Amino acid sequence: MGASDFSKLPHIGESILRKEDYRFLTGAGQYTDDIDLANMAHAVFVRSPHAHAHIKGIDKNAALAADGVIGILDGKDVEDAKINGLPCGWLITDTSGHPMKEPPHPILAQGKVRYVGDHVVMVVAETLEQAQNAAELVTVDYDVLTAVVDVRDAPNGSPIHESAPDNHCYKWAIGDKAQVDTAFANAAHVTKLDLVNNRLVPNAMEPRAAIGSYSRANDEYTLWVANQNPHVERLLMTAFVMGLPEHKVRVIAPDVGGGFGSKIYLYAEDVCLTWASKKLNRNIKWTCDRSEAFLSDAHGRDHVSHAEMAMDKDGKFLALRVHTHANLGAYLSTFATAVPTILYATLLAGQYTTPQVYVEVDAWFTNTAPVDAYRGAGRPEATYLLERLVSRAAWEIGLTQDEIRKRNFITQFPYQTPVALQYDIGDYHACMNEAQKLADVAGFQNRKAISESHGKLRGIGYSSYIEACGIAPSNIAGALGARAGLFECGEVRVHPTGSVTVFTGSHSHGQGHETTFAQVVAARLGIAVESVDVVHGDTGRVPFGMGTYGSRSISVGGAAIMKALDKIEAKAKKIAAHLMETADTDIEFNNGEFSVKGTDKKISFGQVALTAYVPHNYPLDKLEPGLNETAFYDPTNFTFPAGTYIAEVEIDPATGLVKVDRFSAVDDFGTIINPMIVEGQVHGGLVQGIGQALLENCVYDRETGQLLSGSFMDYTMPRADDFPIFNLGHVCTPCTHNPLGTKGCGEAGAIGSPPAIMNAVLDALAPLGVKDLDMPATPHRVWQAIQAARAQ
Amino acid sequence: MKVQVTVNGKSHQLDTPPNLLLVQAIREELKLTGTHVGCDTAQCGACTVIVNGNAIKSCNVLLAQVDGAQITTIEGLASADGSLHPMQSAFKDCHGLQCGFCTPGMVLSAIDLCKRHPNASEEVIREQLEGNLCRCTGYQNIVKAVQQGAVALNA
Repeated sequence: MGASDFSKLPHIGESILRKEDYRFLTGAGQYTDDIDLANMAHAVFVRSPHAHAHIKGIDKNAALAADGVIGILDGKDVEDAKINGLPCGWLITDTSGHPMKEPPHPILAQGKVRYVGDHVVMVVAETLEQAQNAAELVTVDYDVLTAVVDVRDAPNGSPIHESAPDNHCYKWAIGDKAQVDTAFANAAHVTKLDLVNNRLVPNAMEPRAAIGSYSRANDEYTLWVANQNPHVERLLMTAFVMGLPEHKVRVIAPDVGGGFGSKIYLYAEDVCLTWASKKLNRNIKWTCDRSEAFLSDAHGRDHVSHAEMAMDKDGKFLALRVHTHANLGAYLSTFATAVPTILYATLLAGQYTTPQVYVEVDAWFTNTAPVDAYRGAGRPEATYLLERLVSRAAWEIGLTQDEIRKRNFITQFPYQTPVALQYDIGDYHACMNEAQKLADVAGFQNRKAISESHGKLRGIGYSSYIEACGIAPSNIAGALGARAGLFECGEVRVHPTGSVTVFTGSHSHGQGHETTFAQVVAARLGIAVESVDVVHGDTGRVPFGMGTYGSRSISVGGAAIMKALDKIEAKAKKIAAHLMETADTDIEFNNGEFSVKGTDKKISFGQVALTAYVPHNYPLDKLEPGLNETAFYDPTNFTFPAGTYIAEVEIDPATGLVKVDRFSAVDDFGTIINPMIVEGQVHGGLVQGIGQALLENCVYDRETGQLLSGSFMDYTMPRADDFPIFNLGHVCTPCTHNPLGTKGCGEAGAIGSPPAIMNAVLDALAPLGVKDLDMPATPHRVWQAIQAARAQ
Repeated sequence: MKVQVTVNGKSHQLDTPPNLLLVQAIREELKLTGTHVGCDTAQCGACTVIVNGNAIKSCNVLLAQVDGAQITTIEGLASADGSLHPMQSAFKDCHGLQCGFCTPGMVLSAIDLCKRHPNASEEVIREQLEGNLCRCTGYQNIVKAVQQGAVALNA
């Protein structure tokens, strides 16, 4: 079945209310901290208060004598147990031809701590309070070293890892530098920009949590963990870190309260709990405090870049060259190295026909928390840089922000970019036109005049984003350094009475797969959505999965389910043919009924299902009983959602306060299964992206490496009264290479919005002489920029 | 110390350390895990419960301070037969939740908001929800849910 036929099935495109809501609305959700096991102990981690220090000694004696203490483990115990460090899943090759530096990432510090919050000792006690009290009695003797925080200071800072004395992890490049330099030499105009993509803390509302449980009776481990990809977690932990037999470990990610990337990774705490549950022969729970989460969750973004665009006299882009310093933090997190390279530079052609692009990235270690994928993972960084540069170019050469984009939009597909990716399909002019209508761009000048009459400034900002998601074709990923495959798995189990359970390797931590995937199955089999149950998040029930991130669930997870459904349909047709005494090729399947072509003979899906399990009138010589199929789907390309966002802001120059007056977002996600759920994903993404632009900033003290923005009091989270109602629109050019025609929608909002906001802010401030501003455009920073411009 | 509280209509006599937070009493003593802990600075609102008719953050109150109180947690909203409270229905109808972690606190705050501001405008609703953080929904559908819930409650 082609994507076009699929999109016409019942339930596809229907805003069905979510099946999973009842338990969440009634407080019956089961998040990891809600789970209580018999005889459960509690763990607390002693973390480094210093950004960079040698550990001269650890004194556990007083702590070991404290009430209720069961065990206290440190780096020496890890070494004795021969447990490896945490692996990095993506090998980047340096421009010199050598592999990137891969320093050890121990699960408990060995000899040295490298960021405030680095895990040093694990204390396990009967109660949480006893563990907390004992943790305070652990004495660690530190020899404090100087710390480096900012990427620009990294080359001159104290070496953080022995294997990287200049704190350099790798230099990576893509594109033809010689061609790009030639294009610049011949350009009519060059626009240059320095930009910072500010570090963020993901802050899912559910803090991380894990429960380690070992059964001596069966020599089996169970780890409950707030995680986005339990099979990956299990594979990394058993094969690379602990040397455990994979089949003896079960990882369960129950209800998870948001992830946004931060819950992808194999964290030290997860390994420590699994290890300690056997060593101490106890069930052990650990729940992260929010302040602990600020210190120890993987952070996002943190790039410092210089970008230049060469263009002809009409604003047609000739070449782009970019240099980026990327902060990896103190240790390599699971996907960290792919984020500022493969997931970033390959998007720098954007929606444009720029023929030459050269990108160079230097990735550095600093004494800060590890940095890894956070909603958008590399694509927000690329989009921010490109769309800021394009709007700046427009202002410099006297074109409007929309006109410069329209002159450069790609219109022919498939389109091979100069940065490896080939876009399958899109309609960028349609997205732009729709966005301009939604945003009532025509009325902007009038609204601006009204704002000015009240002493306020008003600005409009554009962002035409594209992103690559639905990761990824395994062979391409492997060639680019991925150490894993990136396919997906789906098992469709039809029960004798015709209802269905689907086991998916995708994981929902808010995305609504229990509803969306049920819609897909119900549509294909012609049964009720209520008759389909979706199971995810348990290695003991789901055959395999690579998990949910990179907006891949519907396009890769959904495609695996579609392939399993193809197998179900093929087998069911054979059963139906036998029951109706005709050839397999005479059978058609529509709307839950198998019919014989050219006759009115038909039977229902339910009858076929029952027959499969009660195979009395059945071709047992040719066909096995049962109706249960598994499929693995490896995508043939990335998918390319794209769109145009237009932001309009009003600024009070007296206070610097930026109000988002309206925000219009037009996205092309291809086929949409459940519009309500898709819009919810866009809303959430927009708020995170606008949050990055105006509110959020993860700040370490540049001298000491102390985390200054360490709680919700100091890190400005987006709140309900920071936003207007968003105007959303859609264009649909179905993905050409997966059976659903879907592109994915989870990250777009966070990718496209930051430059739209900053372009609007700069548009508003331009009359005051403000030329540039970094995110977040807080009232203080805006006010300071205004004062500085006035002083000139 | 001994404390008596009535939670979702049922009286409990608890004997706990004096420094026990209300949220800990709810989650650990009463095993009502629908009330969540999302932060440690009383900002996020995931721990919101109703005490003597008012929405409060249970992470910021000692059990000892609510001796004798009538408390409603998220588990106490639906009817005995499981049918949803109008505000819960409104959140479902409007897709006002995604991961569900902020939802119990959000729903209880919404009910309290509607009681204090019966005809709240969008602006007032957004201001009144400042004490409840959500990272998933972007708040837009929560606002719509509150508006729909308000109408149902006023009816």
